[in-house]
Amino acid sequence: MKDLFAVIMLSGIYGLLSASFFVAMDAVDVAFTEAAVGAGISTLLMLVVITMTGRKEKPTRHKPISALFVVIITGGLLIYGTLDMPYFGAADAPIHNHTSPRYINDSMQEIGIPNIVTSVLASYRAFDTFGEVVVIFTAGIGVLAMLSVARRKEDEDDEIASINDSMHQQHLVIRIVAKMLIPFILLFALYVQFHGDFGPGGGFQAGVIFAAAIILYAMLFGLATARRVINQTFIQLIAAIGVLLYGCVGLVSLMNGGNFFDYNVLSSDPIAGQHLGILIIEWGVGCTVASVMVIIFFNFAGRRQFQSLKKQTKHTESSK
Amino acid sequence: MIVGLFNDWVVVVLMMIGLYIVIAHGNLVKKLIGLSIFQTSVFIFYISMAKVDGGTAPILADGVTQYSNPLPHVLILTAIVVGIATTALGLSLVVRIKEAYSSIEEENIQKQDNKALKQSAMEQQA
Repeated sequence: MKDLFAVIMLSGIYGLLSASFFVAMDAVDVAFTEAAVGAGISTLLMLVVITMTGRKEKPTRHKPISALFVVIITGGLLIYGTLDMPYFGAADAPIHNHTSPRYINDSMQEIGIPNIVTSVLASYRAFDTFGEVVVIFTAGIGVLAMLSVARRKEDEDDEIASINDSMHQQHLVIRIVAKMLIPFILLFALYVQFHGDFGPGGGFQAGVIFAAAIILYAMLFGLATARRVINQTFIQLIAAIGVLLYGCVGLVSLMNGGNFFDYNVLSSDPIAGQHLGILIIEWGVGCTVASVMVIIFFNFAGRRQFQSLKKQTKHTESSK
Repeated sequence: MIVGLFNDWVVVVLMMIGLYIVIAHGNLVKKLIGLSIFQTSVFIFYISMAKVDGGTAPILADGVTQYSNPLPHVLILTAIVVGIATTALGLSLVVRIKEAYSSIEEENIQKQDNKALKQSAMEQQA
């Protein structure tokens, strides 16, 4: 397929489909994330990118035979490798005999929350999750370094005026529906954030959903309006504060005489300590993920505006 | 019952589709899409390993004894979000490449690079 627009739409559908695979295989938390990321944010990001890089793929001249050869050989070897794997759904597979019985049997006494995924994510493997959050934060900084442009105030004011003028002509229905929906999406994100202990949910999912709502707003009402609502500097600060909040919980537990991320010492009652620790670090995760996603989107879209602005000025100069 | 391995085969097929796209296509955006298909195949691999017959989602409830393995869920949950963040970083590189070379086709970029190399070599000789 040479039309990248169609390719991206298909990959969005694929994201939604794989989310439904995950539901079928009992991974509700993962499905939540994949639905928001695979079908939502990644599709939007790719769309923004192809508006900048061009929609059509040029046909390549070299033959794909060698690639096909490599792929078939590798695939054959991998299939040969799977012959020793345990069968799908086997309860006695090695993976189920190592640490997970402890998670399943003891997490209620040790952590005191029903959602095992959250207790593993935020307590047993908190250090690992901390690393992941730092990676996300670093990726956000990378995008910022790569794409951020200095903005001029006058351009923004012009743009807001033009958007307000076009309000009654373009996308009227979509804009009004979105205006009604966005508060509920934000509310739902907060619900997912705080309900992560009991049902599927948590900081990662909530962050992505929250960011999706803001990106929806930016898409329909223009970047300048969205930037006026959400200050760029402020959101960069929030991303950093999220990581710091997470790390601080670890440090506080260290200072209280426990191990790094040992929440038992955060409160006189170990279970209450665990609850408190998980709540705070989920907040940290949610803040970082949401703001990094928003930063990424804003910078991509801002770059696009910057490019079209440059083209315009070039055009006017050459016509003079 | 060798059909019990079908989940792994689905994963292998998806993975190879992703790999093929990465190798055979010259367009950088398409390469990144191929990489993300590859990535999802790994996610599906992990999640399908976690599945236990007759188990339910790992959220403790009364009257349920068999749960799926929560550990792969945790790993993949975070990997998805990290994946989108790194994909975004890759896309930002693509955007900058487009600005620098005014093309995102691998062949064009290679050609321009070769030309520039030749030119600098000639200048050095002169």
